[in-house]
Amino acid sequence: MIGSLDPRVPDGPVADKWTNHKFDMKLVNPANKRKFEVIVVGTGLAGASAAASLGELGYRVKALTYHDSPRRAHSISAQGGINAAKNYQNDGDSVFRLFYDTVKGGDYRSREANVYRLAEASVDIIDQAVAQGVPFAREYGGLLDNRSFGGAQVSRTFYARGQTGQQLLLGAYSALMRQVAAGTVDLLTRTEMLDLVVEDGRAVGIVTRDLLTGEIASHSAHAVVLATGGYGNVYYLSTNAMACNVTAAWRAHRRGALFANPCYTQIHPTCIPASDEFQSKLTLMSESLRNDGRIWVPRDPDETRMAKDIPEAERYYFLEEKYPAFGNLVPRDVASRNAKTVVDQGLGVGPLKNGVYLDFAVARERDGVESIRAKYGNLFDMYERITGEDPYERPMRIYPAIHYTMGGLWVDYDLMSNVPGLFVLGEANFSDHGANRLGASALMQGLADGYFVLPYTIGNYLAPLLGTNPLPTDHESFRAVNAEVAERTRHWLEIKGTRSVDWFHRELGKICWDNIGMARNSAGLEKALSEIPALREEFHADVRILGGDEGLNTSLEKAGRVSDFFELAELMARDALTREESCGGHFREESQTDEGEALRDDDNFAHSAAWEWTGSDTEPIRHTEALEFENVALTQRSYK
Amino acid sequence: MNTINLTLEVWRQSGPAADGGFVTYEANDVAEDMSFLEMLDLVNEQLIATGEEPIEFESDCREGICGTCGVMINGKAHGPEKATATCQLHMRKFDDGDHIVVEPWRATSFPIIKDLAVDRSPLDDIVTAGGFIGVNTGSAPDANLIPVPKETADAAFDAAACIGCGACVAACPNSAAQLFTSAKIQHLNLLPQGQAERWKRTEAMVETMEQFFGSCTNHGECTEACPKEIPLDFIAYTNRDYVKSKIKNRKLAGQS
Ligand SMILES: Cc1cc2nc3c(=O)[nH]c(=O)nc-3n(C[C@H](O)[C@H](O)[C@H](O)COP(=O)(O)OP(=O)(O)OC[C@H]3O[C@@H](n4cnc5c(N)ncnc54)[C@H](O)[C@@H]3O)c2cc1C
Ligand code: SF4
Ligand code: FES
Repeated sequence: MIGSLDPRVPDGPVADKWTNHKFDMKLVNPANKRKFEVIVVGTGLAGASAAASLGELGYRVKALTYHDSPRRAHSISAQGGINAAKNYQNDGDSVFRLFYDTVKGGDYRSREANVYRLAEASVDIIDQAVAQGVPFAREYGGLLDNRSFGGAQVSRTFYARGQTGQQLLLGAYSALMRQVAAGTVDLLTRTEMLDLVVEDGRAVGIVTRDLLTGEIASHSAHAVVLATGGYGNVYYLSTNAMACNVTAAWRAHRRGALFANPCYTQIHPTCIPASDEFQSKLTLMSESLRNDGRIWVPRDPDETRMAKDIPEAERYYFLEEKYPAFGNLVPRDVASRNAKTVVDQGLGVGPLKNGVYLDFAVARERDGVESIRAKYGNLFDMYERITGEDPYERPMRIYPAIHYTMGGLWVDYDLMSNVPGLFVLGEANFSDHGANRLGASALMQGLADGYFVLPYTIGNYLAPLLGTNPLPTDHESFRAVNAEVAERTRHWLEIKGTRSVDWFHRELGKICWDNIGMARNSAGLEKALSEIPALREEFHADVRILGGDEGLNTSLEKAGRVSDFFELAELMARDALTREESCGGHFREESQTDEGEALRDDDNFAHSAAWEWTGSDTEPIRHTEALEFENVALTQRSYK
Repeated sequence: MNTINLTLEVWRQSGPAADGGFVTYEANDVAEDMSFLEMLDLVNEQLIATGEEPIEFESDCREGICGTCGVMINGKAHGPEKATATCQLHMRKFDDGDHIVVEPWRATSFPIIKDLAVDRSPLDDIVTAGGFIGVNTGSAPDANLIPVPKETADAAFDAAACIGCGACVAACPNSAAQLFTSAKIQHLNLLPQGQAERWKRTEAMVETMEQFFGSCTNHGECTEACPKEIPLDFIAYTNRDYVKSKIKNRKLAGQS
């Protein structure tokens, strides 16, 4: 294994660690910063904020994205909001409370020190975003408005209509473009990273493919930063954008970076159910809807009446009944699993009986239709557009969908992977959210990593490298990786099989959803472990990629991505099988309380699992990082 | 499940320099619940099955926010529905037997890459010219130290809702990018945070726009096509700001 699994958490009380660490880290003086080159892959919230901030500091940055513009990154579609411990609402919030809620929400599977730092940085993010012109919602007095969001008992979520992600990304993107104008950041669009180059145990550069010309190129630097997003699309159907993929992280994994907790995936409870086989993705509706919507199904599986004609007594408000304290606002995993339970019992609604109702009748009575329109108008419109049903007249139908992935490349406290010189930010890393992410916390994490953590910690790595040059791109190591990438591209075009990439991706997705989805058991996971490699072999023998490797070829792009999903899926199943406990988004049916709640096994599994790649046909090695909780007492989550 | 049958006429062009032309495809058994892009996915599956290269078109979020998608549908940017990006258009808006012409954005400043995919990078160049507020990371004051009247914040937001899809340019007879540029400028010019660089920003962005795009003659086709219904008012504000910027920028440089 390259490097070590030492998280390098600084000593001292949790509240002082980051402050002390910032003081203890080595600095690169302003004049020397321009002597360092840094590659940032990905220009979503995490990557754009990192590249902009590094550029401002004076580093020479090369930022890449496969999109035609940074503004298109998947971050753009986040709707609900971003958390910050500002306590502007005077309702008792604090850095400690946000920290506490995040560790608890993550079901005690995250690293305390990282989470505390995240909560500290949250307040600065809001300041930064507002200064950039991010138009957060405001009160009539001109000050910022907040709301409470999925599972939180304080109002700490900042939001921008239903487009918080777009507005924050436009902020980070504008900061990035300012550095492009200033000449500190060299931006390469429509450029996909297809491999990492490691020399002497350090990350020294990457190999890319130009999506318009097919040209394969090498790029070297003193450090490589991956901010390439999550892997939810391994399930084919998810709320992620179509192009989201794991390739950058997976290729780094194959070069030695450990992949941590791949089985921690999150299901979002409020998505629009699939309508047919050709569904290309699922659409999420902000879970802020759960603040006013009541979730129910008919008690009778053979119910045929319209929702409004079903009397109260014949409705099953399953969340309100089971969890009187939190009701419809229980965390995502709890809400999702309960929806699955009732649908599995045959109580589902809609033409395919694959959803549950989200009903606004009471809120409409109480606050009036205009108030509903003001709060959720755009979500209601979106729902109507997609389903052809008017949610002002009848309840919405919702069902859980894959939404976010907590697992990712393992990183230490400095956000550096075990491969020195390789940093990982945002959804691509495994830090901060443990086994379950709280609503409105991914935007917070991506921006904390990019604006306020990496710009400090990368200096600590770079300082001792002063005076060294990046490895020349004609070095043997670059040439070898470059040749491998070219060979892989040729491979796809030479198969000339019979089935499309999408066909294989859909099949893979079904295996994953059925066996590594909302609920898992050992038989299903074993099944996945036998089916995935079989399908993968078929994929390599029978996929049909038409066209050539010069010029735009989307099928060719997808082939490489789906190929990496196959390998990841296997690791997910293995990770889920080994983790014989339920925690957060990972629900093992064998490990539940008498009431059917997730049951953790802290004696045996209070650790992160970080997997080491050993080859396509050999088993990976499972390393563990023990998790110690000094500030938050481990309790069985209870939302009753 | 209701299905319809359609005849598509799709622009195929193998590369930027190649000649393009329309090719006719039958799209049968299209479910009404499908989106327009899912319909194209279906056609592509069939093309791949018969050994013909799939139609290249761009999309990503498929929920109307990333601005990646966009084609001309029967001559209309993003198709017939108002306030709708191509990815949000559903097949229930079409009738059985319809004939649909599908083309890429047509504008000299958006060269065709392949089939329905075009290069919209000049939009980024306009942003690079000044579409930002110059605040380095870490130097921001507490967010509530800058109160912004709700009305101002809302107006800025209306501009900030632009998704950078380029439909306004594609719809404009002159291929002007006034709506996009004005949305970008006014989002920042309306806010107190954006005042320091207001005149510099306006001049630089407008002049960069003029390097790439045609001039606006107030047709209003842009707003009609815009999936976010960005109002024309922003163009008027920008024209006003641009005229002022010419004077202000000189003053700021001490040459009044
Ligand atoms: C529908 C939806 C709604 C959400 N709502 C919320 C919310 O309200 N609040 C919240 O906190 N979170 C929300 N999330 C989660 C959150 O949006 C994401 O986790 C977060 O934005 C991820 O940001 P990122 O910068 O890590 O990655 P991304 O935004 O996914 O960016 C990845 C970047 O990497 C690039 N890239 C990837 N691979 C390569 C490669 N190989 N080569 C070159 N470039 C590459 C891409 O081009 C892109 O620029 C939501 C997610 C979804 C799906
Ligand atoms: S102004 Fe409207 S049409 Fe033009 S780029 Fe923005 S969203 Fe698209
Ligand atoms: S695909 Fe994102 S706006 Fe249409």
